[in-house]
Amino acid sequence: MYKVFKIEESNFLIEIGNISKFAGRFFREVIKPKQEYREFLNQCYWIGFKTLTLVGITAFIMGLVLTIQSRPTLVEFGAESMLPAMVSVSLIREIAPVITALICAGKIGSGIGAELGSMRVTEQIDAMEVSGTNPFKYLVVTRVMAATLMVPVLSSLANAISLYGGYLGVNIRGSVSWDLYWFQVFDAMSFGDIIPSMIKTFFFGFAIGIIGCYMGYFSKKGTEGVGRSATTAVIVASLLVFIIDLIAVQVTDLLGLT
Amino acid sequence: MGNNSIVEVKNLYKSFGSNHVLKDFSMSVKAGENMVVLGKSGSGKSVLIKCIINLIEADRGDIKILDQSIQDMDEDEVDKLRAQIGFLFQSNALYDSMTVRENLEFPLRRHWSREQRKMGAEHAVIEALTDVGLAHTIDMMPSELSGGMKKRVALARSLILKPRVILYDEPTTGLDPITSREISELMVTVQKKYNASSIIISHDMNCIRITSNRVIMLIDGKNYSEDTFENLQKSTDPKIREFFD
Repeated sequence: MYKVFKIEESNFLIEIGNISKFAGRFFREVIKPKQEYREFLNQCYWIGFKTLTLVGITAFIMGLVLTIQSRPTLVEFGAESMLPAMVSVSLIREIAPVITALICAGKIGSGIGAELGSMRVTEQIDAMEVSGTNPFKYLVVTRVMAATLMVPVLSSLANAISLYGGYLGVNIRGSVSWDLYWFQVFDAMSFGDIIPSMIKTFFFGFAIGIIGCYMGYFSKKGTEGVGRSATTAVIVASLLVFIIDLIAVQVTDLLGLT
Repeated sequence: MGNNSIVEVKNLYKSFGSNHVLKDFSMSVKAGENMVVLGKSGSGKSVLIKCIINLIEADRGDIKILDQSIQDMDEDEVDKLRAQIGFLFQSNALYDSMTVRENLEFPLRRHWSREQRKMGAEHAVIEALTDVGLAHTIDMMPSELSGGMKKRVALARSLILKPRVILYDEPTTGLDPITSREISELMVTVQKKYNASSIIISHDMNCIRITSNRVIMLIDGKNYSEDTFENLQKSTDPKIREFFD
């Protein structure tokens, strides 16, 4: 039992080391000349635009449900008028970025993991290398860059859409005008709410991209391995989102931005 | 090393853990020659050509291609050398998100300038596809092609840079006998047209008979025997006879 635990523990540490080396290689390759702009834009389209509908619908429902669920408690304390402020701060600071990142971990992380995994097992990555194209630069750098840039964009859109959902939620049982709702929303928020939440989404995007690419790039054992790469990419990326969020909260707290 | 050797492999060793795949393997391929490496499944044939093109790093030994030691080169030099080497993968390795045209243009983006590509890419793609008899598939996706067509397109892609050496990894595996024969004959035709040297990894006897000038028997990780197909066929050595009986 102890031996099994030791082996798993050492495998876990080796894997962390390998992921760190992989991320290190990303930073070395990203500054090398001859960027793959076309592939990068293509990936921005697939990662950003093609995830927009899913993120939008989820964000809208998230805002609506949070508002409906929060109302009874606030009514109980006679603080119903605080509803837009409370919902907006919850959404912007925490819920919208984290839920968006989790959706992206599911869709983008598994997509990249499966795509690169199948390219690995069908020797397409080897074929790129043989043709003189750096597959790391073409496949990994473009996807990680696109994820790092698109997740914050999607998160910002999710913020806006979820607040709109909140507006409809407020008006299901109450009556707050459009102008008053937005006045209360922005009055409750400061840059200390928006900026840290925005910054952490870049880290979410990077983590999702790098984990998806790592799992796919080193995929093994044929089609079974491709499935495993996709699943592992989702699990590890989702876990990393929570870990990054935890670190971000601590850092924000230390900087006095809470 | 022979003066007219295009590929020279000396005392090559490669192991995966305790599995010693190549043990002191040596071979030499002359200009314009079709050399077949014959061995059982799992004998290390694919590992050998992947070592030759530096996709897998050998543990020990020397590999020289066109008089250059691929193991001593930096990344850029390896890329330049690879422009002179075509590689046909066992699984074809066509990029399935790209059309046939884009598949063939892909190697050009690294080795040709933007102007060269504008002026000559279309012509080069059509010429390579015409050589394999598939000019009409230029705008098709790989998923729309049959197994034999995929193999031909993959061959066209490996020819696009007019290589001096072509490496074939089990080119007829998974094909029916008729298509297999067509591919084998095509390999001989393109080898003559491009005057390239070839290393063909195979255990398909018909393919070997059609394509080979010489055959190396890869047994127990070593170059066990080396001769023409006809002479090997007459051999009385039980290890060689296994392949012909």
